[in-house]
Amino acid sequence: MSKDSKKPLSTWNLNPAPESTEHIKLKEQYELFINGEWQKPTAGLYFDTVNPASQEKLANIAHANDADVDKAVKAAREAYTNVWSKMSGKERGKYLFRIARLIQEKAREFAVIETLDGGKPIRESRDIDIPLAANHFFYYAGWADKLEFAFPNKKVESIGVAAQIIPWNFPLLMAAWKIAPALAAGNTVVLKPAETTSLTALKLAEIIEESGLPAGVVNIITGFGDTGSALVNHPDVDKIAFTGSTNVGKMIQKSTAETDKRLTLELGGKSANIIFEDAAIDQAVEGIVNGIFFNQGHVCCAGSRLFVQEGVAAEVIQKLKDRIDTLVVGDPMDKNTDIGAINSQKQWESISKYLELGVNEGNEMYQGKCAIPEKGLYFPPTIFIDVAQSSRLVQEEIFGPVLTIQTFRTVDEVIQKANNTPYGLAAGVWTDKGSKIFNVTSKLRSGVVWANTYNKFDPTSPFGGYKESGFGREGGLHGLASYLK
Amino acid sequence: MMNNKEIPDFRFTPTIDKVGVEERVARIQTKSIKGESKVQGMKMILNMIDLTTLEGKDTPGKVKQMCYKAQHLHSQYPDCPTVAAVCVYPSMVKIAKDALGNSNIKVASVSTAFPSGQAPMEVKLMDTRFAVEQGADEVDMVISRGKFLAGDYNFVYDEIAAIKDACGPARLKVILETGELVTLDNVRKASEIAMHAGADFIKTSTGKIQPAATMQVTYVMLMAIKDFHARTGKMIGMKPAGGISTSKLALHYLWMVKETLGDEWLSNEWFRFGASSLANDVLMQLMKSKEGVYQSSDYFSID
Repeated sequence: MSKDSKKPLSTWNLNPAPESTEHIKLKEQYELFINGEWQKPTAGLYFDTVNPASQEKLANIAHANDADVDKAVKAAREAYTNVWSKMSGKERGKYLFRIARLIQEKAREFAVIETLDGGKPIRESRDIDIPLAANHFFYYAGWADKLEFAFPNKKVESIGVAAQIIPWNFPLLMAAWKIAPALAAGNTVVLKPAETTSLTALKLAEIIEESGLPAGVVNIITGFGDTGSALVNHPDVDKIAFTGSTNVGKMIQKSTAETDKRLTLELGGKSANIIFEDAAIDQAVEGIVNGIFFNQGHVCCAGSRLFVQEGVAAEVIQKLKDRIDTLVVGDPMDKNTDIGAINSQKQWESISKYLELGVNEGNEMYQGKCAIPEKGLYFPPTIFIDVAQSSRLVQEEIFGPVLTIQTFRTVDEVIQKANNTPYGLAAGVWTDKGSKIFNVTSKLRSGVVWANTYNKFDPTSPFGGYKESGFGREGGLHGLASYLK
Repeated sequence: MMNNKEIPDFRFTPTIDKVGVEERVARIQTKSIKGESKVQGMKMILNMIDLTTLEGKDTPGKVKQMCYKAQHLHSQYPDCPTVAAVCVYPSMVKIAKDALGNSNIKVASVSTAFPSGQAPMEVKLMDTRFAVEQGADEVDMVISRGKFLAGDYNFVYDEIAAIKDACGPARLKVILETGELVTLDNVRKASEIAMHAGADFIKTSTGKIQPAATMQVTYVMLMAIKDFHARTGKMIGMKPAGGISTSKLALHYLWMVKETLGDEWLSNEWFRFGASSLANDVLMQLMKSKEGVYQSSDYFSID
């Protein structure tokens, strides 16, 4: 460096900072976790689970068929009748606390595996997914011996065997959302993770084994849609909890229509994120980014429809473009990556179709400037500007890093447009004026409304949808109530 | 001075959401700056430091020694950059100017009855003119926080404009003393006033009040600079001062500048650290990256 203290320096970029994978333990092949044992699938079938960033195979995963599902449900029934429903809440709580602590102890391993298997940035799995999963177990562990205080004047009773089917976008976190309240309330569980992201659920099974939880209380079976269908249709299941697409949710609701199975569904969304002209603009822009680009936009409550009041639209869009240019798209294992890999080829193709649609419709499009790795499933952060409510981009769930921007003039107009969707999962409202927050949030028909923030989750807070985004709540006391008679 | 037609109504400056700023900064602090990028960053940091002594007990001896250090930070490290400037009281400007010779290191002088600013306008102008006459390349003034908090924005604006006038060719850094302004909304407002009134740099703190510089406050000021640049095309410099003593924290500050304002701001013409103890921590890290092991603080000079 010269002594000339005024000389400007060249550009400054970050070196790769990949998280180490040395400390993780993965088996070559994973069996089904039924009745406290690792059982081979009856048909002897396995499928590959791959790293979406590198396309490398990580492990063989067992594909459960009807017979395996039957074994799992029987194990859960037996454990329910003979052990878990008779155990005191205090004892149940001890197991949950133990599982929570074991997740914390192995947090780093969980985070790395979640990122390898699912493609989400290590920053998110490390700072959000895994800590939140542990917190859900801690939170519900605390309720296990206090159920009569949670629901005063009510004789609470567990339901029985819960069949739980979870999606690929937050694999361990969704497993925690489902398992923790079910066990705290005294039910037993058969859980099926999504076929592209089975690994952390299977690692959770290892922890459950280590915790000494009685055999059959939690059974984890892997497979595709046929496995899930067999589980949903099994006659000895008392309660179904499903998180996933609206289409599958509708199929499940149809199939349970003539049964006495209880059902909660947490489905898709097309959530509105509303920026008023009196908002703190820079923080709102950050909220837009967190709302849509969190987890590559693979978030059911993603703030995928942005509404900006016309007085600040030009400013907000310019600032959003500037911020998008600084987002790092790339290796999910790199600690500096903001947007990781798209979870599967199928999903990548689906997002690409919407991109094509948006371009063909003649919308103004802007994409982040970050160079995209050549290999692997990546998608740049993308915004479509001045899109109409009648566009399919605005109406359909894209489930990727694609944002539509609409402008609005008045409060009434934006409430009407925000609610003008078959979905109703979440919404965001950005304004510096408290009274406006109360007015708007009370009129939005969505299960969650965030004010001056977005995509915030906490075990104490219920989460769930209106309309085609599903019914029933997870998290908080509401989430506990879904697992009690 | 700015064209008066461009002056906005400072009662309506943009609002800031504190929680949002804290989250944004926390995310910047997760950045992992390692290897070559760390070395490059640390060299930039050294070259952006305003090595500072602002004490009642300052003497020519103390100032001369600090000026030597400013030019020879660590002779054991090859091609070690120099600091950007030394920052002293007006009475020490001449001493510093002579000690630095033709080294290209600037002399910055605090003025306007630093640190409180509680003096009549005439005194503040004299203070500033004296510093410039003595050879100051840069003037670090304080705003009248009392007037600001009382809502007298015109007073604050006019004062900055008058001092800028008195600076002549010297570059003006305007210290907001954010620890006394308390809220981020106030920091944003004071930043706007300072930039519109003619500041070349905006600076967080005197170092005499706690809290001094924080990443949150600096983020708000950087975003104010970004907006001002978008509106007027004029680049304004930024100087966080006080409380930045570790290399890791300074690297995160620097990355924040890169992420908000871009590479154009990554030189000491546009970004400075006001610090006295930061240099040695950075030097210690630089030597570690060269030698592979940490050396004791006894190997790094304290001037």
